[in-house]
Amino acid sequence: MGSPGELAELLDREAYLAGEGLATAAFLALRMGRPLLLEGEAGVGKTELARTLATVLGAPLIRLQCYEGLDGPQVLYDWDFARQLLHLKAAEAGGVTDAARLEGEVYDRRFLIARPLLKAVETQPSVLLIDEIDRADVEFEAILLEVLSDFAISIPELGTIRAERPPVVVLTSNRTREVHDALKRRCLYHWLEHPSFDREVAILLRRLPACSATLAEQVARAAGRLREAGLVKPPGVAETIDWTEALLTLGARELDPDLAAATLGALLKHREDHETVLGNGILGDLRG
Amino acid sequence: MTSAAEGPDRGREGPDRRREGPDRGREGPDRGAEGRDRPGDGPDRRAEGRDRVGDGPDRPGRREGGPPGPGTAGDLVAVMTGFARTLRAAGVPADHERTQGLLRALSHLDAAEPRDVYWAGRFTLCASADDLPRYDRVFHAYFGGLRAGRARPAAITVTRHTATMSGAPGGDDGPAPVASASAAEVLRNRDVAKMTGAELAEVRRLLAVFRAEREQRRSRRLRPSQRGRLDSRATIRETLRRGGEAARLRYRAHRTRPRRVVLLVDVSGSMTPYADTLLRLAHALVRCEPRATEVFSAGTRLTRLTAELRHRDPATAMDAVSRAIPDWSGGTRLGEELKRFLSLNDARGAVVVIASDGWERGDVSLLGAEMARLSRMAYRVIWVNPHKGQRGYQPLTAGMRAALPHIDDFVAGHSLAAFEELARLLGGAHA
Repeated sequence: MGSPGELAELLDREAYLAGEGLATAAFLALRMGRPLLLEGEAGVGKTELARTLATVLGAPLIRLQCYEGLDGPQVLYDWDFARQLLHLKAAEAGGVTDAARLEGEVYDRRFLIARPLLKAVETQPSVLLIDEIDRADVEFEAILLEVLSDFAISIPELGTIRAERPPVVVLTSNRTREVHDALKRRCLYHWLEHPSFDREVAILLRRLPACSATLAEQVARAAGRLREAGLVKPPGVAETIDWTEALLTLGARELDPDLAAATLGALLKHREDHETVLGNGILGDLRG
Repeated sequence: MTSAAEGPDRGREGPDRRREGPDRGREGPDRGAEGRDRPGDGPDRRAEGRDRVGDGPDRPGRREGGPPGPGTAGDLVAVMTGFARTLRAAGVPADHERTQGLLRALSHLDAAEPRDVYWAGRFTLCASADDLPRYDRVFHAYFGGLRAGRARPAAITVTRHTATMSGAPGGDDGPAPVASASAAEVLRNRDVAKMTGAELAEVRRLLAVFRAEREQRRSRRLRPSQRGRLDSRATIRETLRRGGEAARLRYRAHRTRPRRVVLLVDVSGSMTPYADTLLRLAHALVRCEPRATEVFSAGTRLTRLTAELRHRDPATAMDAVSRAIPDWSGGTRLGEELKRFLSLNDARGAVVVIASDGWERGDVSLLGAEMARLSRMAYRVIWVNPHKGQRGYQPLTAGMRAALPHIDDFVAGHSLAAFEELARLLGGAHA
C-alpha cells in the first residue's frame, strides 16, 4: 500500500473503519517498522485494529496479554525441562556419559519453547499484539524495550535469534498507569477517541448487516448520551456492538425503553451505572 | 522568551510556505487544530490518498531519514526543529530524538501536506493524551499562518503557565537557625501554617532529606531461595554438572517489592497554607521510592505530578509542579476528582493518601460514594487533614464526615512530627 488512504480501504474491507489519524498511524508503523502504541478508553477498538491488520497483511496474530507479574520465561522463551530430563535419562540408558556432549544436546532448539516475543521474532511476517501493557509491571517494560529495540533475543545457551524483518507491533494501553517514557520513545503514539455519531452508525451498519439504519442511529445516539452521563465505565464501541447484537437477537427493529432496559447488561457492566441510567431516564427519549 | 526565539525561524520559513500553495494550507490547520477522527474526514482523505499513490516512485530523492525533495530539506529540518522547540516551551516532551522520529515519519508521508505533518508530529512528538491539547494549540499557532497562505513574522504567543507559588508564604532561604535539641523539638511539632520564613526554610531543608520506608508486598517475580517453587533451569544445570544425576533440587521464591503509594494533595484555597509543605513531602516520597509513588494535585482539576516531582532538586521540582498545577487555590470538588482518579485505576492495590481538609464544595454524597469505591479498590486509605493537629478538632465539615467511614487511618498533616507519623504508617505500622 502506498498511502494511509489505501490502508484505510484495506481495513474497511475487513469491516474495520479507521479514521484518518489511526490509518496514518498504522501506515507509518508499517512503513517505518516502528511499534504503534495505542492509548484510549476501553472498547474503542485498539485490540481490534491489531486483529484486522493481521488479516489484511495475511500474517498470523501473536497476542501477548499483559498482567502483573509477567516475566521473562513467560514472554520470551523457556526450556522444556521435562523433555530435557527425558533426553538425559535416555542418553544415560544408552550409556552416554560425555557431559559436554550431553549439555550441547540438551540445549538444542527443539527443547526450546517459544513464548510470544520469540515467536514473533521467528515468524515472518507476523503481527505482535501486546495488549494492556499498563497492567504489566514496570520491570517487564525493560524486557520489552530490549526486544523492541532490535528485534533480537539472545539465549545464552543457544545464541542470538534475530528477526530479518521486524514484526508489526501494536501495543495497547488503557492508561491505568503511565507507560515508561523510554518505551514510548520507541513507539508511534496515538490516542484513540470514542467515535463520533456518524462513524459509530457506520461501524454498526458495517459490523451488523442485519441492523437497520434507524436502530443504528438510535443506539449511537444513546451511546453518545451515556458517554456524557458521567458513568463509572462509559460504553465503548465494542459494547455498543454487543448491545446492538443483543437487540437484534431479540428481534428489535427500533429501540424502545423497555427493550433497552432489558438488554442494558450488554452495554453497562457496573451496578451503579445501571442505577444511574434507569434512574434519570436517559434512555427515555431515544427517538429524538 | 518563546516568541523571541521563534521569531527568526518564522521569518525564514515564510517564503517557502507561500510557494507550497495556499489551497493546501487552507484546510490543513483546520484539520490539525481539531485533530479528532471526524467521520467526514474518511472518504475525503482516502480519495486524496489514492491520488498520491503515484507520487512515491516519482521521487527518487526519498530516503529513510531524509526529508523529501532536494532544496527544501534544510528548510524542513529547520521548520520542524523550530516547531519542536515551541512544543517544548509549551511543555510537550518533543526532544531531539523525537524530532528525528518526526523527520523519519515525514519521509514516508507528504511533508508539504499540513495534515500529514499534523499527524506525524502527533504520533512522534507527543507522549501522552495530556500533551494533545497543548500540541493542537502549538500546531495551530506555529503553522497557523498557513491559513491565509502568507508568512506571519509576528510573535507567536505560546501560553506558558506562570502560576505563582501561592502556597509558599514568602520564605527566603536565610541562614538556618542554630537549633538546640529542644528548639528542634518545638519546630517538629509546630504548625507549618504559623511558621516564620526562617522556620519554614528549615522545615524545607529537613523535608529535602526526609526518608520514608515503604511497606512491602509480595512480588510475582522469583529469585533463588532455600524453599519455594522448583527452579527447573537451575536444577537441570546442576544435574548436568553431575553427569545426569538429579542430585539436588533448586528452588525459587517470590521476592518482595515496595507497595505503591498514591498521594492526592488538595491545592484548593483553604489548603493554601499547607499545600507547599505537603507537595515537598510528596517530593520526598517520590525520591525515596520513585518507582512506587504517584502524586496528583486535586482541587478542580486532577493533575498528575509524578514526572515533575522526579527532579532530584526540590527547588526545580517545586518550580515544575507550580507550572503544572492549573488550579492553585481554587475550589474543591473532591468527589468529582476522586471519580476521575478512580477511573485511572491507579488505586488498585495501593496505599492511597488523601491530603485535604475535606472542605467539599461539590456534591457530598458523590464524595461518600467515591470514597466507598476507593476503599474497596485500595489496599489502605489514609486521610491527612492538617486541621486535625489543632486542639479540639472535630471532623465537622460535611465532606470530612462523608469520607470518614471509608478511611483506614485518619492523621494530622500540619507539622514535621505529623509527617513522621505518616511515614510510619506508610512503612506498615498500622494503627
